[in-house]
Amino acid sequence: MLLITCPYCGVAAEETELHGGGEAHLKRFGPDSSDDDFTGYLFHRENPKGVHFERWRHVNGCGKWFHAARCTNTLEVFGTYSAQTTEPPKDILDTIRAKRPGFKWRDIA
Amino acid sequence: MSDVALALGGATFDGLVKIEELAHGMITLRGDLTDKAIVAAVKDVFGVTLPGTRETAFAGSTGALWMSPDEALLLCPYDEAQTKADDLAAKLADAHALVVNVSDARAVFQLKGRMLREVIAKLAPVDMSPDAFTPGMVRRTRMAQVAAAFWMDDASTARVVCFRSVAAYMFGILSTSADDAAAVNHFAG
Repeated sequence: MLLITCPYCGVAAEETELHGGGEAHLKRFGPDSSDDDFTGYLFHRENPKGVHFERWRHVNGCGKWFHAARCTNTLEVFGTYSAQTTEPPKDILDTIRAKRPGFKWRDIA
Repeated sequence: MSDVALALGGATFDGLVKIEELAHGMITLRGDLTDKAIVAAVKDVFGVTLPGTRETAFAGSTGALWMSPDEALLLCPYDEAQTKADDLAAKLADAHALVVNVSDARAVFQLKGRMLREVIAKLAPVDMSPDAFTPGMVRRTRMAQVAAAFWMDDASTARVVCFRSVAAYMFGILSTSADDAAAVNHFAG
């Protein structure tokens, strides 16, 4: 079972109280972008065994979207952070680097 | 004032706890809950200071529940809800806020009895031990398959709010959970 702490209401919410929103920190490519960029934005997703950054919504709760960094292999949650950011905060990255030396996720390492 | 038409007509159930559907005035307030103008207007109309994260605040028959960083549910007697909503909306005309009377869009059930922690714990993914959940806290969560919010007024009274459209479902699961034959006696006292 996955327990993720919502950064907005502070509840350690159980998985059924949340809804997954897919990969985090996608850069949107819309009209006027190249076909390659648009394809990448639309279809190409990371599917790691290990460290992953995701969007979640506290749907049966405060209703807020937020980000979570977790390990897809052990279900360990490294931390959660605000949705209003385009990259993971430094303290979360430091936590992950300490626990998973050498991890790589897209261009974050 | 038109007659109150409760979703289940004030249904009651007597088991491990006494369940009763209540008529309740409920007003949704959306806006920055730390905004001084909003806090002052709520204090003026409802007589309570907006509560902090996951807390409740009560002053007699009125109260306020923290719903999210930008949402509060304000409580009052059913027949005062529209007047209070209009009053608050007028006071917040210049603020970035939204006030809506949702009394008829929600259903409220009161649970009374010392087994209420167990009745709720069977339905919601929430730690209901007396150390973890106390009167003065509110929790938005799910109960079985529907969204709900509940809080405890005191050690033997709790109120549960859900959408009116799922009131019959909520009453059904609460009654099942509170069936005399369904006691687990998990929480002492």
